[in-house]
Amino acid sequence: MLDLINVSYDTQIPNNVGLSEDKKVLKALEKWHPGYINWWNDLIPQNFQESMVYLRTAVSVDPKGWAKFDYVKMPEYRWGVLLAPAVEDRKIPMGEHFGEPAWQEVPGEYRNMLKRLIVIQGDTEPGSVEQQRFLGLTAPSLYDMRNLFQVNVEEGRHLWAMVYLLQKYFGRDGREEADDLLIRSSGSEEAPRMLGAFNEETPDWLSFFMFTYFTDRDGKMQLESLAQSGFDPLSRTCRFMLTEEAHHMFVGETGVGRTIQATVEAMNKAGITDPYDIDKIRDLGVIDLPTIQKKLNLHYTLSLDLFGQEVSTNAANAFNSGVKGRYQEHRIDDDHMLKDATYPVWDMVDGKLVRHEVPALTAINMRLRDDYINDAAGGVKRWNKIIEKAGVEFEMKLPHESFHRQIGVFAGKPFDPDGNLLSQEEFDAKAPEWLPTKADGDFIQSLMKPVTEPGKFASWIAPPKVGIDNKPGDFEYVKLHMA
Amino acid sequence: MNKPIKQHLIDPEICIRCYTCEMTCPVGAIEHNDDNVVVDPEKCLFCMDCIPVCPTGSIDEWRVVKEPYSLEEQFEWDELPEQEEIETAEGEDDGMEAMDDAMAALLAEAHSGAGGKSKAPATASKPSVNLYNLGKPAEATVQGNYRLTGAESDGDVRHIILDFGSLPFPVLEGQSIGIIPPGEDAEGKPHLPRLYSVSSPRDGERQNYNNVSLTVKREEKGVCSNYVCDLQKGDKVKVTGPFGATFLLPSDPEAHLLMICTGTGSAPFRAFTMRRQREMPTRKGTLTLVFGARTPKDLPYFGPLKKVPEDFMHKIFAFSREDGHPKMYVQDQLRAEGDRVAELLRDPNGHIYICGLKAMEHGVNEALSDIARGAGLDWAAIRDEMRGSGRYHVETY
Repeated sequence: MLDLINVSYDTQIPNNVGLSEDKKVLKALEKWHPGYINWWNDLIPQNFQESMVYLRTAVSVDPKGWAKFDYVKMPEYRWGVLLAPAVEDRKIPMGEHFGEPAWQEVPGEYRNMLKRLIVIQGDTEPGSVEQQRFLGLTAPSLYDMRNLFQVNVEEGRHLWAMVYLLQKYFGRDGREEADDLLIRSSGSEEAPRMLGAFNEETPDWLSFFMFTYFTDRDGKMQLESLAQSGFDPLSRTCRFMLTEEAHHMFVGETGVGRTIQATVEAMNKAGITDPYDIDKIRDLGVIDLPTIQKKLNLHYTLSLDLFGQEVSTNAANAFNSGVKGRYQEHRIDDDHMLKDATYPVWDMVDGKLVRHEVPALTAINMRLRDDYINDAAGGVKRWNKIIEKAGVEFEMKLPHESFHRQIGVFAGKPFDPDGNLLSQEEFDAKAPEWLPTKADGDFIQSLMKPVTEPGKFASWIAPPKVGIDNKPGDFEYVKLHMA
Repeated sequence: MNKPIKQHLIDPEICIRCYTCEMTCPVGAIEHNDDNVVVDPEKCLFCMDCIPVCPTGSIDEWRVVKEPYSLEEQFEWDELPEQEEIETAEGEDDGMEAMDDAMAALLAEAHSGAGGKSKAPATASKPSVNLYNLGKPAEATVQGNYRLTGAESDGDVRHIILDFGSLPFPVLEGQSIGIIPPGEDAEGKPHLPRLYSVSSPRDGERQNYNNVSLTVKREEKGVCSNYVCDLQKGDKVKVTGPFGATFLLPSDPEAHLLMICTGTGSAPFRAFTMRRQREMPTRKGTLTLVFGARTPKDLPYFGPLKKVPEDFMHKIFAFSREDGHPKMYVQDQLRAEGDRVAELLRDPNGHIYICGLKAMEHGVNEALSDIARGAGLDWAAIRDEMRGSGRYHVETY
């Protein structure tokens, strides 16, 4: 009998999908594997490839023993294909096929739609690793370096997950798409990654934390929606990926939190009470709160663009056909078909912002974005608690969703962070107060000096409250290879 | 007055609201609002499925309470409340070691010789407890059963290897597992599990295999020990646990361990030693073992122990019935090594572990007390300080 809980190592590729008995797919994956390893080896600086990193590796999809922590050289990480256990008699949870048995094979009529969704999801995974490739060189601690690499290897595994689906269920085009995932490259002129946010460089660690908090959270929402899919293998893949994705959210939320913590502690120590006393605060070797707010504005708004147009027939079709659901579909109390339901979406009428009701089916993107905004607000509250606890008068805010947008009804319109429409001149004059300037970037960059002594942290970031895998504070999370 | 109960809580300061636990919980005991993720005390069955999936460590929080915190209270928290002082009956533990009253009581009795509430070493890994229980035991397969005592010895101590196959069974050195003997007791009730300390390290008796070893002495009329000692390769065994959350190995390489044992009390120390050998093979001079038995033939693992280099672990044997030698007990050897022991008592990284028969406690305590006095130290104060900082551990039966 196949063991579908624990990982089988009888092929080159750890898996719980019975690969050794699925010769055709195994062959396709083994053919793809060297290209993937080359991609990885070309990406991350060599001395990190040789270093021993304390990583978790998924070894089972049983929650009790799903991962093991140990020192691993990254190129030897066991990237595998893991699907959450099948739910018996699973039914399609939404759309016109609501209540029918979930599909174990790709339905012909939805083949292209499914393929496109899988390719887009798959494209983001290596994209983010490419964006973050040089961050290891300026890690503020071994703890943070380890977290970066953990995120990277797991994004790599998520690429594997999508490639498996393409090769197993989409035949020849699937294989071609899988190859293209290794050809496109973040920021490339000829073959960029598919989504804009994945072609922006991640220049410093605060950007990385903002990215994992805001942009990976979009990834989480997308995975949550795909976990509802009527196509069962996609649903199971995404459910397991979410377990790993949670760590990425953790890195982002605590990373920003620890940056804020270091700032307010340094301000208190130096007796600075005015958070806008920027030069003095920067002299303490920490990032002033207004600059952190600007970074937040930038990454949050770039991430909002990832949700697409507010009203979208593509999204309606994906929902209606049972291919992609809503966030926590099973918790929503309605007909799950949206026959007569409406949903309020933003619109511009006579230069004014209004929300008006449209058929809910067409507003799937808007709804997911609203869920995202709500989800993202949670961490901001926690960050503000840190500031409040330190007695500093400052509050981090999510800007209005009309601010600094490139996609949807607000695209290109000069709204301020409170949602007031300005003239372009007014906006341009104020923009340096709202979005990071080159000088801000240069200052942050000046703090990005690596700290590689176990238990030590760069001045601009506080140590974590709890170690990874309950390790003590001075644990050597990365044993650096010295060339 | 209501009996205090254990309550599972989530630390809101560390939780990032990813809801992975909520999605994992098989009974829907976890829910959230916009601020916090909370556990419903009415629904939580302590199955522990949510613990390993949490990316933050915020999930593994427990409080002993008279009245459980309600969901509404938990939703309001900015931080976790401190554990309130709750009196438990004499000799009764708060149950955190096992999450199971019967097993917790056994461990509390075993640890009572420490003279107060035991704490885990500060740098110990966090243990999983009670993943499998009487209602839902794990099944292991016997991989081997070997006699450890010499042919001439009338004691029958055995090394038993259990394989868990594909079942997750994360167990740390120093923890115990329960074995459920088949059949019924005199009253016709199924037997309760008996606790055995594992003698293998966390990554397996054989490294990276999902197996554990036990060190078990056959007791005349012992229901479980006879069952275990008679197990054959391939037999299936019902296992509960793991249990124990204080008698654990510190991860700190600077920690200096004095391990004192008799007979099968060596089981956890075999696990400690193997863990150190695998994790820090080059670390020298931080382990001392004082091991008592009647004769070398009665001493489990005498052969393999002799092969452990002296600079990796200083080994002191005490034989009470060795022909041609005066009777020697562990307390005598401790006194003989008084200077070394006194040094460890002063060392803030010093840890003492005592494991074996209840009868050894008194003698060892006297010896430590004498050594302390000789060095101008107050043993009672040192012992309380060491226990309070997770550096003094007793497990006797």
